[in-house]
Amino acid sequence: MEREDIYTFKSTYRQDMKVKGFRFGSGQRAACIVGPTRGRENQQLYICGRLVKTLEELEKSGAIANDKEILVIPCANYYAFNLENNFFGVKNLDINRCFPGKTGGEPISRLAGGIYDRIKEYTYTIQFTSFFERSECVPHVRMMETEHTNSSLANLFGLPYVVVRRPLPIDTTTMNYNLQTESGNAFTIFTKETENIDEKAAKGAVSAVLRFLTRMGIIRYECHSGFISHMLYEDDLTDVYAGRGGLFRSKVVCGEDVRYGTKMAEILDPFDGSLREEITASTDGIVFFAHNSAMINQYETAFRMIHRLHE
Amino acid sequence: MRETVLEFELPVGETYKIFRNRIEPQTQINSPGRLSIVSGTHGDELEGQYICYEVARRISEAPEKLMGIVDIYPALNPFGIDMASKNNPLYNADMNRTFPGSAGGNLMDRVSSGIVESLAGSDLVLDIHASDIFVREIPQVRLAEEFAEGLLPFAKLTNADMIWMNATATVHESTLAHSMNIMGVPTLVIEMGQGHQINKPYGDQIVDGIFNILCELGMWMGQRPRTHLPAISSDGSVEFIRSEKAGIFIPLTEHNHFVKAGDVIGEILDPFSGGEPLRIVTQQSGLLFTQRIYPVVSEGDLLARILTGAF
Repeated sequence: MEREDIYTFKSTYRQDMKVKGFRFGSGQRAACIVGPTRGRENQQLYICGRLVKTLEELEKSGAIANDKEILVIPCANYYAFNLENNFFGVKNLDINRCFPGKTGGEPISRLAGGIYDRIKEYTYTIQFTSFFERSECVPHVRMMETEHTNSSLANLFGLPYVVVRRPLPIDTTTMNYNLQTESGNAFTIFTKETENIDEKAAKGAVSAVLRFLTRMGIIRYECHSGFISHMLYEDDLTDVYAGRGGLFRSKVVCGEDVRYGTKMAEILDPFDGSLREEITASTDGIVFFAHNSAMINQYETAFRMIHRLHE
Repeated sequence: MRETVLEFELPVGETYKIFRNRIEPQTQINSPGRLSIVSGTHGDELEGQYICYEVARRISEAPEKLMGIVDIYPALNPFGIDMASKNNPLYNADMNRTFPGSAGGNLMDRVSSGIVESLAGSDLVLDIHASDIFVREIPQVRLAEEFAEGLLPFAKLTNADMIWMNATATVHESTLAHSMNIMGVPTLVIEMGQGHQINKPYGDQIVDGIFNILCELGMWMGQRPRTHLPAISSDGSVEFIRSEKAGIFIPLTEHNHFVKAGDVIGEILDPFSGGEPLRIVTQQSGLLFTQRIYPVVSEGDLLARILTGAF
């Protein structure tokens, strides 16, 4: 394992933030795994740390294929982690809205550009990130739909779902969109948790990356074949919005197979405890995404369901 | 008349509302023109607050002279203004990267879509921004080249000091201005001053420009204010001066002054060492229209912008 500083951000009064990379194997730049750009993505950081540990063991046992190099960048923004802040710097900006970045630009643009220029050298890039919303979701691989998109490759992670998103203007500055536009081999993995560490989900995410690397001939690793992924477009998910604001008491969990009319959540008046709304399933299907905060605003997404899919 | 543009229920005892002030002519007019003034998309940019006030005040002094509809939206991000936050605190995102939104979407989409829907039908929209808390700007119009043909005639009437063609992200995709212009509603982005501040002379200058526009549109029968033509520039005629070192920036020139190539416009100090400061020297002559105000700088932070060439 070789360590390198991918990008160094200099500060007047803090220690310089050195975005660290861990390299395994040598030769063709085969795969790059990038961890959190946001300081509350604790689960994603944990997964990347475990990946580094596992790849180091695999390298020692000679399991990295000849002429293949893997780079892991476990964290792109540890300044924010140390403050338990989500975004970067005094301007409080989201790094994952600043790609591809620009050498000679604003500080955050230089940081994003420094990372981007390094990772785009790799054939496959895998990013761990999270949703903006306070939520949990079923583990899945996500890709932006561009002219290069080859979603069948995403199946090789063996996660239950592959989700393809038709990009909106808001997506055009994300890492995944830019890499996908350039190369077509950019994958984003969403795991169940974000701020809290879920051991089982983390293990599943590590396995998914190792499975993909094995199937692409980058490492030699015996692992379970995982799922034959169910592919869907994000637009096909059925959104269930909160009709009222209030205290949110969920009755279902992510991955649960529910039937039309199933009671999914209650929204209560926080002052008197009275029921403001009972959210019921508008279709049969699997709960793909669930709001997981105690409070919810009217019109906020409470659940996203995979319409008419069963376990 | 105060009108509610959109509203939704918050969890605990409060309703989120965005208002506009619709000022209509006193006499019946067939197909009256409509000018919309929006501000407060970024909650830390307050220059528009005075402009909204002053436009309403001047009309109220002679309401009989108004021959069209003026809609004033002082706070598109009311909670951001309340919290002095650029982002919308409800979903911690930059609202000006969420347009055009979607009427049937989640909360963020509905807010953006509701604003767009409310502005549709305007003959002209003026989207008033301030700079952030880090740099000070002269009054300027920013517009994307793709819409320049339709927007330049309006931009020249604004009494701004400068029109900057194809400038920063403020005129790009997923912004309010871009979304409205794509819809065929001419929308100008006006930027001036600095965050958390109100520069009254700048505000008065732009208010004169707004009444100049109202006269041009046949919506104001009062005296046309005396205004001047802005300088017109493209990206190629703007010199960006960025910090190449972290430290404390001390400006050594006045904002909105002409500088000559080789002038020292500021210094970056190291408060620890008291050593020789890094002198910041201009490469070209021109008008220093952007100046760093916030002293702490990192590598890449904008220190100044200079409008060069003939103008």
